Amino acid sequence: MNDMRRIERATDMKETKISARHVNVHYGDTHAIKDVSVEIQDKTVTAFIGPSGCGKSTFLRCINRMNDTIDIARIDGDIRIDGEDIYDPKVDPVQLRAKVGMVFQKPNPFPKSIFDNVAYGPRIHGLARTKAELDEIVEKSLRRAAIWDEVKDRLQQPGTGLSGGQQQRLCIARAVATEPEVLLMDEPCSALDPIATAQVEELIDELKQNYSVVIVTHSMQQAARVSQKTAFFHLGTLVEYGETGDIFTKPEDSRTESYITGRIG
Amino acid sequence: MTDMTASPAEAPRRNGSLLTADDRTRRRNAAERRFRVYGMIAVGLAVLALVFLLTSIIRNGAGAFMQTYITLEVALPEDKLDKSGTRDIEELKKATTFTYSPLIKDALEAKIAEEGIEIEGLSKEGDLISKEAAAQLRNFVLANPEVIGTTREFEFLASGRIDGYYKGRVTMATAELDGNISPEQLMLADALKEAGALETRFNWAFITAPDASENRPEASGLGVAILGSFYMMLIVLVLALPIGVAASIYLEEFAPKNRFTDLIEVNISNLAAVPSIVFGILGLAIFINFAGLPQSAPIVGGLVLTLMTLPTIIIATRASLKAVPPSIREAALGVGASKMQTVFHHVLPLAAPGILTGTIIGLAQALGETAPLLLIGMVAFVREYPAAPPEGFFDPASALPVQVYNWTTRSDPAFVERASGAIIVLLVFLLIMNTLAIILRRRFERRW
Ligand SMILES: Nc1ncnc2c1ncn2[C@@H]1O[C@H](COP(=O)(O)OP(=O)(O)O)[C@@H](O)[C@H]1O
Ligand SMILES: [Mg+2]
Repeated sequence: MNDMRRIERATDMKETKISARHVNVHYGDTHAIKDVSVEIQDKTVTAFIGPSGCGKSTFLRCINRMNDTIDIARIDGDIRIDGEDIYDPKVDPVQLRAKVGMVFQKPNPFPKSIFDNVAYGPRIHGLARTKAELDEIVEKSLRRAAIWDEVKDRLQQPGTGLSGGQQQRLCIARAVATEPEVLLMDEPCSALDPIATAQVEELIDELKQNYSVVIVTHSMQQAARVSQKTAFFHLGTLVEYGETGDIFTKPEDSRTESYITGRIG
Repeated sequence: MTDMTASPAEAPRRNGSLLTADDRTRRRNAAERRFRVYGMIAVGLAVLALVFLLTSIIRNGAGAFMQTYITLEVALPEDKLDKSGTRDIEELKKATTFTYSPLIKDALEAKIAEEGIEIEGLSKEGDLISKEAAAQLRNFVLANPEVIGTTREFEFLASGRIDGYYKGRVTMATAELDGNISPEQLMLADALKEAGALETRFNWAFITAPDASENRPEASGLGVAILGSFYMMLIVLVLALPIGVAASIYLEEFAPKNRFTDLIEVNISNLAAVPSIVFGILGLAIFINFAGLPQSAPIVGGLVLTLMTLPTIIIATRASLKAVPPSIREAALGVGASKMQTVFHHVLPLAAPGILTGTIIGLAQALGETAPLLLIGMVAFVREYPAAPPEGFFDPASALPVQVYNWTTRSDPAFVERASGAIIVLLVFLLIMNTLAIILRRRFERRW
């Protein structure tokens, strides 16, 4: 119950963006997420850490209802964004996903031009009425993803022709182009080299000015570097959640301690 | 193989020199070399069989594209062709081919006399000219009644035996034994050739003309069959492609995975393995006996072939949809595209080359399919071209492979040549379609 107190203290400072209560996820017979409750703050980077298979991705994918696409997945509980239940039957997951952007583990640009990659979201959501507006959105998104200078002269070339780090930043540009309020990132740096990782981390730091960023990572250094809050998952349960500094320096649960000192995982 | 059977007793020494291959390595290399030799032998045999097949077909069939013609000056006397003198078309039709035949015979005799050709023992010189000639002459006169009373130059088909003589099928020796032709007639043909009245040249009629009866192989062509096959391909393309692609997209992207969809899946795979003749029986029962569609019509053939092609297209389409990496779907869903937008904007364009290839391969299969068409009466003898679509879909027509089958069952050896020629035409079409498939695939292929 200690961590509940902690959450309340934190919410004093910043608004809650996402609030999950008693979330359970089953994949067929596998109970992947067990009664997880967490409050994620606005304009904050929240890191999910934990050994692989503990359900970090599963929980992340609940937030934009990506799990809906998996037939066998069953989600119970209650997840609210700005107080609205996203699993309400009235909610269209398509609309939700425009509001909750996602960046995946492996860079996955569309096999289209760099411009079209970024412009796709705004196009289908009707965010630009003219070509000039669209150009503007594309440029702004690419600038935010810190990749504009590298690609501004070759917007019509395929996005798949970029390097891994550039592709991942392109995917981030694509995600921010739809003006989301929450950005979910599932191990966005695991396929990147250290330089590209540093670029993306820098970017995440900037993105938190505007968004609530949730990042799954298996690098504890990364979690320590980029996040303000950290949640530690183990075997489907949320073991500990709090200020990143606290989790790493004085974890309250023995499992957290074992994990961050490298004894489990 | 050998290194797996090696007993652990003779484990390799780990500390030998790198410069000498140890036993195990030597055996492994030998196995690899042997495998390559097997592979090369297999490929060699396949190539050999293909070369043999192609050369034999081309050797047999090339002749069908050449034809021997005889040019004659035919007098068209009014007293025989238009006794009433009114040029009334109904009156003209009363003169049958029996009236026209002697005119041609007279013209030939006149030509022989004019050139001073004398051959001992020559009889029945009229057999040099195809039985088709009288009909050709009559049709010309009916279309142009004003030529009656004049003398005009006509080009007639030489009879099948004479044509065969210039293609090496008939020789003096075989003519001796052949009731339909005599060596004297062949000599006459040679003399006419010398005089410039007989020539062998490229035969467009083989591709454009309709089929002809049993005893006039020289007049038969593939026109109706090509048109019929083309109509059927059109029907197959228009029906099978959209239905197949829609079904695949639904099954692959939208349908829930349950026992019912599993059942459908298994059945589609089974359907692909059903012998084509079964589809013919199905077509006969459903489209002709039940729905009352006409026999021998491209519409029925097209529907039957559609049923047959659907599983091929569905399997190919599903395979290429499956090959699109799931990360692309996630990416699209992640930016808020709906399921349908994801499929149509991202998945389908990436799967298109595979779908097109599968469709063309399915069409090529359908183009070469014979058995089901036999059952729905496409084997009938059709001399009339089907009308332009869509009415033409209901007219009787033939199909290329059926025409091949049909010709091979006829007794006159000239039809063997025709059948091989038809196979060449069929192969050319298949080659064009496969080339198209490759070009399309290259063109639309995108890497990710
Ligand atoms: N699509 C799926 N179908 C079935 N089981 C799944 C699926 N995705 C994840 N799981 C299971 O859910 C559990 C949590 O997985 P995941 O969320 O991917 O873990 P993490 O991201 O922390 O490594 C694992 O046991 C995994 O096997
Ligand atoms: Mg994961």
